[in-house]
Amino acid sequence: MMLRNAAGRRAVATAATAVSLALALTACSGTTKDSEDTGGEKVAGSVKADPDAPLKKGLKIAFLPKQINNPYEKIVDEAGIAAAKEYGGTGKEVGPSDANASSQVSYINTLIQQRQDAILIAANDPNAVCGPLKQAMKKDIKVVAYDSDTAKDCRQLFINQASSEQIGRSLVQHLGEQLGYKGKVAILSATQNATNQNTWIEFMKEELKLPKYKDMELVKVAYGDDADQKSFQQTQGLMQAYPDLKGIISPTTVGIAAAARYLSDSSYKGKVVLNGLGTPNQMRTYVKDGTVEQFSLWNPEELGYLGSYAAAALASGQITGAEGEKFTAGKLGDYTIGKDGEVILGEPTVFDSKNIDQFNF
Amino acid sequence: MTTAPDTKAAPTPRASLVRGLALRWDTAVGVLLVSVLVVGLGSTEGFGSSENLAFAFNDIAEVAIIALPMTLLVVAGQVDLSVASMLGLGSALTGALWEAGWAFETIVPVVLLVGVAGGLLNGWLVTRVGLPSLAVTIGTLALYRGLASVALGSDAVTDFPQAYADWAVDTTTVPGTFLTYPVLLFVVLAAVTAVVLHATGLGRSLFAIGAQEEAAYFAGIRVKRIKLLLFVVTGLFSAFAGVVFTLRYGSARADNGLGFEMLVIASVLLGGIDFDGGKGTLFGAVAGVLLIGVLKNLLTLNDIANEVQVIVTGLLLVASVLTPRIIAAVVERRHRRAANTPVPPSS
Repeated sequence: MMLRNAAGRRAVATAATAVSLALALTACSGTTKDSEDTGGEKVAGSVKADPDAPLKKGLKIAFLPKQINNPYEKIVDEAGIAAAKEYGGTGKEVGPSDANASSQVSYINTLIQQRQDAILIAANDPNAVCGPLKQAMKKDIKVVAYDSDTAKDCRQLFINQASSEQIGRSLVQHLGEQLGYKGKVAILSATQNATNQNTWIEFMKEELKLPKYKDMELVKVAYGDDADQKSFQQTQGLMQAYPDLKGIISPTTVGIAAAARYLSDSSYKGKVVLNGLGTPNQMRTYVKDGTVEQFSLWNPEELGYLGSYAAAALASGQITGAEGEKFTAGKLGDYTIGKDGEVILGEPTVFDSKNIDQFNF
Repeated sequence: MTTAPDTKAAPTPRASLVRGLALRWDTAVGVLLVSVLVVGLGSTEGFGSSENLAFAFNDIAEVAIIALPMTLLVVAGQVDLSVASMLGLGSALTGALWEAGWAFETIVPVVLLVGVAGGLLNGWLVTRVGLPSLAVTIGTLALYRGLASVALGSDAVTDFPQAYADWAVDTTTVPGTFLTYPVLLFVVLAAVTAVVLHATGLGRSLFAIGAQEEAAYFAGIRVKRIKLLLFVVTGLFSAFAGVVFTLRYGSARADNGLGFEMLVIASVLLGGIDFDGGKGTLFGAVAGVLLIGVLKNLLTLNDIANEVQVIVTGLLLVASVLTPRIIAAVVERRHRRAANTPVPPSS
């Protein structure tokens, strides 16, 4: 099946020439990054907040997680749906089965068509969801981001699980109490350039500068890359390099679980204090066998609960999302909106042998 | 979208219109599409609003645009699995060049040129090296997606000029209609493609190549040249779809359109284009892609879980491949019985 390819080449060359020509014609002038105003229009916040307005009955709110089978977000969403029942509304969870940047968009559109009162979203991409969310806000549907924020002008509120400062400082405070403020300590982090990890570690170092920690020395920050095996080996390495190490902080759920597994099978069990951020289900064994006394994490159920109440407060006109406004989130009490529409859930929950069996996530 | 009766594809007048319609899968898909639209309008609040229809059709604009050249490829017995990766590469390049300060009017032709180059590589490997298109484009599926990641990494570029972004979003429609501009563009391209496939010598060559490549060659059809051209056009359309996608979401990312190749091929198959080549109508492919889009929108509006949607699409696909064959078998048996000839072994 031989054929003259000159003809084929000619056809392709023609196509290429046409495109090149168009290219040449337009190359001289045009819209560039610097020349064009790319800012989106601001959503008008003309409505005034009425802090005394009661929560409306029959509100419809929808949770749109990153993907529908994300176990962590499922806990958040279910707690939020339960909270909606509490104030006489209905909640539901819808979402894509993949965490692709664009797959949430069609769900936002259908939620608009269904005339929901509020959308709570954990954004896969802070910008790809922006257009439809702005459209929702134009139609007076309130938008609350949780877990993973959108661009700031595409939602009214962001429910932040905990402030970086709180996380960093509280972990050092807890470890300090456990050690009697004495001894060498190390940090087992994730990757060397993980933004959230590094921010937390900065605040840990700040806290350690306080006079009460003068007998505590941070000897090393190790990186387990959020890989189980590497975190395990890094823990091993820490103990070999510093046999008199007294404490380890691992502010990552992968790291703390791997470190706990190493310690539980080693002679250091009970001699080295391990603290950090972990999930109750991963850490239950190590708390029960005495390897770990306590660890922390924000409570995902409270995150969903707070998000749900914040959405209801917005939809009822109690708040508009402006800095300084206050609202009440049921059993969690009063919250104040901070800078950029952020609401901070509060101190991370501390899990120990007394309360760990009340949690399942 | 209305479903105009497809007159071009019927080569001979049918004895019975009803029987003729029942025998044609593409017509069946058209009827199914209209039924879904009617059921949706009657049953689901918000479905018929012009903004929802604008959204529902705009949401599949890129898939629909790529489905056009894909129909031609499949008719000619070829397939291109690298289309979604080319879309991603187009998107990533758009972002990277915009970030580098290029003018948007320059970026678009450059991206289109890259699409042509990608199509050339596919076509060259298939026609010159003689590899099967399935194998070649599985390779370039990975290659182009990889290049997209090299171009933009895991970043997202989002600050595109408002005027261009407004052109692509579903809130901007052709005045007085629910047609968005990407959908309007698709309608124009679909009309051109329909003419090429069903009313030109080139179109007839495609059917001939798909039915019997060797016979087509000996009949004087320039098989390789035509195949190469098809791959180039597919690359071009895919890269262009990447630009549309980027503007529509206002976000350029290397993983944009991940998995879209399956949606495109599913639409084409659902529309009754025979995967063995040589059979099908563009009307069928267009009805197929619209059916997938409308069905998805309707199911989502009714809070049907995504898993169920995937199952529904899967069942439709199996039905689309199976039903015409069952009908053909039944008809053949009836013919044989009518002619009262002994049954030959099935071929």
